Amino acid sequence: MKRRDFIQLAGLGTGAFMMPAFAMGRNVSPEAFLEKSIDTAVKKRLADAALNAAKSKGASYADVRIGRYLNQFVITREDKVQNIVNTESYGVGVRVIANGCWGFAAVVDVHNETQMAKAAEDAVAIAKANARLMKEPVQLAPQKGFGEVSWKAPIRKNAFEVPIKEKVDLLLSVNDAALKNGANYVNSVLFLVNEQKYFASTDGSYIDQDVHRIWPIFNITAIDPKSGKFETRNALSAPMGMGYDYLQSNPSDKITGITTRYNKGYDMLEDATAAAKQAKEKLTAKSVEAGKYDLILDPSHLWLTIHESVGHPLELDRVLGYEANFAGTSFATLDKWQSKNFQYGSKQVNLVADKLQEGSLGAVGWDDEGVNTKKWDLVKDGVLVNYQAIRDQAHIIGEKESHGCCYADSWSSVQFQRMPNVSLAAGKTPLSVDEMIKDVKKGIYIIGDGSFSIDQQRYNFQFGGQLFYEIKDGKIAGMLKDVAYQSNTQEFWNSCTQVCDEKDYRLGGSFFDGKGQPSQSSAVSHGSSTTRFNGVNVINTARKI
Amino acid sequence: MAILSKEEAKKIIDKVLAFSKADEISVGLEGNRTGNIRYARNSVSTSGETTDLSLSVTSIFGKKSGTSTINEFDDASLEKTVRRAEEIAKLAPDNPEYVPMLGPQQYSETHSYAEATAAINPDFRAKAAFDSIDPCAKKNLTAAGYMEDTAGFSAMGNNKGLFGYNKATSVDFSITVRTADGKGSGYAARDYNDASRLSTASATEVAMQKALASASAKALEPGKYTVILEPTAGVDLLQNMMRSMDARNADEGRSFLGKKGGGTRLGEKLFDERVNIYSDPQNSEIPGSPFSGDGRPQEKVMWVENGVVKNMSYSRFWAQKQGVKAIPAPSGFIFQGGTESLADLIRGTEKGILVTRLWYIRAVDPQTLLYTGLTRDGTFYIENGQIKYPVKNFRFNESPVIMLNNLEAIGKPVRAGGNLVPPLKIRDFTFTSLSDAV
Repeated sequence: MKRRDFIQLAGLGTGAFMMPAFAMGRNVSPEAFLEKSIDTAVKKRLADAALNAAKSKGASYADVRIGRYLNQFVITREDKVQNIVNTESYGVGVRVIANGCWGFAAVVDVHNETQMAKAAEDAVAIAKANARLMKEPVQLAPQKGFGEVSWKAPIRKNAFEVPIKEKVDLLLSVNDAALKNGANYVNSVLFLVNEQKYFASTDGSYIDQDVHRIWPIFNITAIDPKSGKFETRNALSAPMGMGYDYLQSNPSDKITGITTRYNKGYDMLEDATAAAKQAKEKLTAKSVEAGKYDLILDPSHLWLTIHESVGHPLELDRVLGYEANFAGTSFATLDKWQSKNFQYGSKQVNLVADKLQEGSLGAVGWDDEGVNTKKWDLVKDGVLVNYQAIRDQAHIIGEKESHGCCYADSWSSVQFQRMPNVSLAAGKTPLSVDEMIKDVKKGIYIIGDGSFSIDQQRYNFQFGGQLFYEIKDGKIAGMLKDVAYQSNTQEFWNSCTQVCDEKDYRLGGSFFDGKGQPSQSSAVSHGSSTTRFNGVNVINTARKI
Repeated sequence: MAILSKEEAKKIIDKVLAFSKADEISVGLEGNRTGNIRYARNSVSTSGETTDLSLSVTSIFGKKSGTSTINEFDDASLEKTVRRAEEIAKLAPDNPEYVPMLGPQQYSETHSYAEATAAINPDFRAKAAFDSIDPCAKKNLTAAGYMEDTAGFSAMGNNKGLFGYNKATSVDFSITVRTADGKGSGYAARDYNDASRLSTASATEVAMQKALASASAKALEPGKYTVILEPTAGVDLLQNMMRSMDARNADEGRSFLGKKGGGTRLGEKLFDERVNIYSDPQNSEIPGSPFSGDGRPQEKVMWVENGVVKNMSYSRFWAQKQGVKAIPAPSGFIFQGGTESLADLIRGTEKGILVTRLWYIRAVDPQTLLYTGLTRDGTFYIENGQIKYPVKNFRFNESPVIMLNNLEAIGKPVRAGGNLVPPLKIRDFTFTSLSDAV
């Protein structure tokens, strides 16, 4: 499902709620979530049936993914529960290489070895048929087997074990707080995901993993009926690779300042209270004067700029042209990487890919082709040094092993290269946000993500936000509205002059990042500390109709 | 197997209804076969086919609702699904916006199903891809394309006597052709209910011409320009506007249709008087389903007439509350046009920019329907009625409402993304920056 479809579902932006027919699995009662997944010994037996069948039909490689995917969405507006969606999807995907070509087949609700063998045989038959159209055989980077291993997200409280009533009560109290503080309308949603994934391959790996994700959001609207104007303020939460513990915040999770922001614990009630007041304040805020400003970007905003201008252009399949018809290609071509001196950003800019980061959306023990996850540099001291590559791409950039960033959004989807967490490293010298602002003559401080758009090669972009504050001579001078900035990726990252230290480092992220045809969704985090960019072009987005 | 006849579907639905112990029950039954083929770098990358048949049961007790789905069809499974929906409903909180289910409805028959599409097989897909890749490879151009075909049916029934059944097919094709040096890129897209109308070769020919013609583009200063938006470019902005015509948002004052001092702009002239937009599931070019997702009949509806907002879409709850007819949102729209072709519009343009495609369109301000995005895959400068040279891509910040007030000319509509959209000539279209992307 595409990110924008979910945005539409959640009513963010328009206030309209839509409930599309989900291709996410069958609807179940919440109690079904508490039933145990099938035993790993049974999964191993099923997986072996498929691997053996694939080999006997002539596959040179095979992998099997047995997946149980749980989703729970609680959707409310004002004093009403609009919908509670509970879905479960269980099935198997078998991927093989035969005659040098990939083949894939998937089966729903698999419970015996005969079904597994049949899926493997179908995958081999497809590979052999496609091999006739193939130009170059698949080259797979070597990967050692890990035997029987497991990984569990380090959650403190499984969200699926929390009663629905508790979740409904939380959202309705959030809505109530917003309405009491000046909101005219409020929508709030809790998205919960649990992926129970078992991977096995002919390399000798049998990997059992339990992945959890959570995303609490709201959208608050304040209206001035006299002028007919309205303003909105969305939640400053981040989607996280955490359990329900994300909603139990401690004082140490809060970053105070012009508005409170959150680290590994989110106080939804407090944020909604502030949001309602800020949405009202926006109605009378000063409309920005277009021009060049120094931008101070909070991590709750900068994650999206990193995602679009660094994460996507450094996906190797885009660079090579495999996404040309849809998502596009990339300006970060192989020759720029080969030159070893392509200045992606200023010396302050260190961008890191990381599939290990605790609490992040991308963290797993192994990726969806059995590669152990890792951390690697993409941009070091401003210079482009690497891409994101999986097993069948590693040789193209001279790597001996995959980066471990292969993912499929379901047992029924073919795994392919997906963005790992891509983050801006914190500054090495101590620097707080207040110290950073003190030095700015004419600037705008932006908090929260808003409108986003970037071209198909990732040069030209435009971003909005949730909260904008004018900075005049080192001091915050008041709230602004109608702000969007436009820049070019390389120019923008080279205008980066300062990055706050690790005390300010926080994660943001995308819960539903779309890629591929047919489109697949993945979840990815982006960390940063507050960062300064000098002389960025700001436009005024106010119009009259 | 996935496509059941009307009689087969009714038999299953009636059986499920008979299991019900709830106050109300509705049953949805859907089946389809979907296939696709994807290629890039002149080589097929993925191809597949899936079939699905699934049944969904919604049970109601008072104002509590529960839904359960299944894809097994023996009596025991069907009954279990009804029981599960009833259990979920009993546990659910009351929905204060619940509206009782509809009784029997009259649906007119539409022509949304074509045998040629239902008959698509892997050989057809492989040939479609070959017809697109081969001419590109021969001219040292690189093709990346995608075709997806679906054939299916949708049926619904409830214990108030409603029953509906519709079969539909669709095929969507898009192709991007790039020059070997990466300096030129062209695009074309086609969609039909009837696959016999699709020629991947002729669509690819258009994309090839655009790729070659767009190489080595010149940079023009951003600013306000007269543009000709091809239907593939205009459709996305228009679609976004049509999806924003929900009455509740307008009544609540958070829509472009909200009015200063309260109320809505229904009945106001918001656009140039030549703007006429309607929907009609019977239209032979874009035949649609005769019913909406909740069983309301889809009828011909005028949304904008002579520039005046004539209708907004309603949920059944909101329509009941406001005491008006509950008109559902349409699945596709028809923007009435003239007789001029795209070539005629170009010939009649002294100075302007021809736009093939718009990309990464995102809302900037829902109040004014301001959108941003970029041109892509073929942007050209027109002078004295002729295409003079390719230009670099632009970022735009523009509202379809403003755009439809700056209308210069309307061409002959063609099908785009399930809608009928004419090429539109617009003055003062706002480009705010340049992009280096090809």
